[in-house]
Amino acid sequence: MSNRVVNIVVAGLGGQGVLKASDILTEAAFAAGWDVKKADVHGMSQRGGSVRSDVRFGPRVFSPMVTAGEADFLVVLAEDQVEPHRDVLRPGGTLLMPDRIAADRLPNRRSINVALLGVLSRGLAIAPEFWQAAIRNNFRENLHGDNLHAFQIGREMA
Amino acid sequence: MLSGNEAVALAALDFGVALGTGYPGTPSTEILEYLSAHGGRAQWAPNEKVALEVGLGVAMAGAAVLVTMKHVGLNVAADPLFTAAYTGTSGSLVIVSADDPGMASSQNEQDNRRFAVAAAVPMLEPADAQESYDFTLLALELSARWHLPFILRTTTRVCHSKTVVYLLPRERNVLVPHFEHDIRSRVMIPSNARPAHRRLRQKLAELTQWNEESGPNELVAGQSRLGIVTSGVNFMHVREAAPDASVLKLGLTYPLPLEKIRRFATSVDRCLVIEEGDPYLVEQLRTAGIAVEGKPEMYRFGELNVTRVRRILVGDTSPEPAALPGKPPTLCQGCPHRIVFGVLKKLDCIVAGDIGCYSLGALPPWEAMDSLVCMGASIGMGLGLRHALPADEARRVVSVIGDSTFVHSGIPGLVEMAYNPPPGGHVVLILDNGTTAMTGLQEHPGTGRTLDHAATGKIVFEDLIRSLGIPNVTVIDPVAAPERFEQILVESLASDALSVIITRRTCLLAAGKIRQYEQSNV
Repeated sequence: MSNRVVNIVVAGLGGQGVLKASDILTEAAFAAGWDVKKADVHGMSQRGGSVRSDVRFGPRVFSPMVTAGEADFLVVLAEDQVEPHRDVLRPGGTLLMPDRIAADRLPNRRSINVALLGVLSRGLAIAPEFWQAAIRNNFRENLHGDNLHAFQIGREMA
Repeated sequence: MLSGNEAVALAALDFGVALGTGYPGTPSTEILEYLSAHGGRAQWAPNEKVALEVGLGVAMAGAAVLVTMKHVGLNVAADPLFTAAYTGTSGSLVIVSADDPGMASSQNEQDNRRFAVAAAVPMLEPADAQESYDFTLLALELSARWHLPFILRTTTRVCHSKTVVYLLPRERNVLVPHFEHDIRSRVMIPSNARPAHRRLRQKLAELTQWNEESGPNELVAGQSRLGIVTSGVNFMHVREAAPDASVLKLGLTYPLPLEKIRRFATSVDRCLVIEEGDPYLVEQLRTAGIAVEGKPEMYRFGELNVTRVRRILVGDTSPEPAALPGKPPTLCQGCPHRIVFGVLKKLDCIVAGDIGCYSLGALPPWEAMDSLVCMGASIGMGLGLRHALPADEARRVVSVIGDSTFVHSGIPGLVEMAYNPPPGGHVVLILDNGTTAMTGLQEHPGTGRTLDHAATGKIVFEDLIRSLGIPNVTVIDPVAAPERFEQILVESLASDALSVIITRRTCLLAAGKIRQYEQSNV
């Protein structure tokens, strides 16, 4: 996968941490030395509507948006958001949903977004230390422990 | 990694702007917030027209200024824009117009490249966050050099996409503002404006020459079989959809480097223009006698992406797969607007609506809003309905407007109501939740706090409205007293007098933050 662009779509509802997850992914990929682009549609997401964030990384990325049918990974935080986004996946692409995580093992159920990044991390050429640094940079210090733990749980469940 | 908006703000800081001003609007809002958070001076104006006028004053004083707005904001600011091109600037004036092709969060998808031509204001179009940074700096420099306002036209995907940005280490400009009388250049009475128009066209001719020779336009050498002329984020889609094509990417898209484009077009077998929205480039190039191919009409609608560019390349006009609808937004659980719309629906009111969170009252389960056009339109349109409808229907008409929107452009509507009252009176509801909620909880002149939440003067709506001579002005908390609210509305509708009901209850999302601001402002 080193010579091609990796395409990931993170989707869910406003307030679920879609943008937080894609920020962490973006930062980790950048720290790992890749060119990275990330495209969000905000706007009305604060009112509980659908949120989608596209992240692409590789040696050189042009368009910030993931082309339909070309996503390697689709990470969905709300089950009812799978169908509206399923067409982004390429044939053989991977769908990651909250049911991959035993939620009762999480220190905080709100960390499901970070736990799914842990699952995702197994399939990406980004070393764990870049993920951990990105998680620290994106949360207040009192949330570092829970989120680093959630990430590790996701990695183990992958 | 920066978003386009963050990159614009950082470039303005690095250039040394004295002020950033604007009105919140997706996808432009974050620029001034980021500018303020990183040590710049930024403030929200009541609307875009005032923001541009303040900006023009700053630039007249010889300083640099950034004025930000969404695309429809430039409609509001159009009046000063057209004549600012005549007066020109002493310092630097850059207006960010953040367009929203595809209408992620807007009432239309107007293409503001048309404004640049109409107002004769030069325009730069960045393709990503790096260019947002570079072009903001360039626009501020060119504005100072040609003494003209510049438009930086971004789009949703540029504003909200994060890309890698390399910052230029540079000395911040230290502009020393001072005033010199120059009545002939700045007082646009006809005898001064006539030569000013000629000066403007002369400046544009010089700028065109500069754009031909050293403008920020990029040639990507490729096969001579296919050449593509493009600008903005479309360049990125093109590079991916047609990696072997020759590409001419335009950065300064008004005034256009037509001779450069003509040479490019004749150097390739097929010359195609890829642009989002209106066929702006196609029309300009064809008028200049440059033979180019445009996109089929179906691609005027919505934003472009790699898939759509691939379809345009092969002339595919077959129907596109319909996007499955996501979950639409809705009013938050516990939102005070819910109670208001419940009552409006129950009373079967005819509701002239406005722009803000409460626009969601048009969606199920309420479906209690009958019009939404532009900021402030609820009051004028409600009055028009009252004037024209038969008495029994006229009596059910209510105008509904939010607090920030009321300050933005609702006040002249109320003046109209006091001046030309309909025979059966009228009822205006101001849904005052104490914040500009829809764009992300920005302050406005009715909150008594500035952009960075410091205490400042506060417009008290009820005092302002009473001063207009409107007899019935009521303030009520719709959550604490829903029955009383309904009763007041019923009585107001039955009366022939003019009524304004202010439903005042802080937005749930803002309440905690507002408490913090108020504590730190004590």
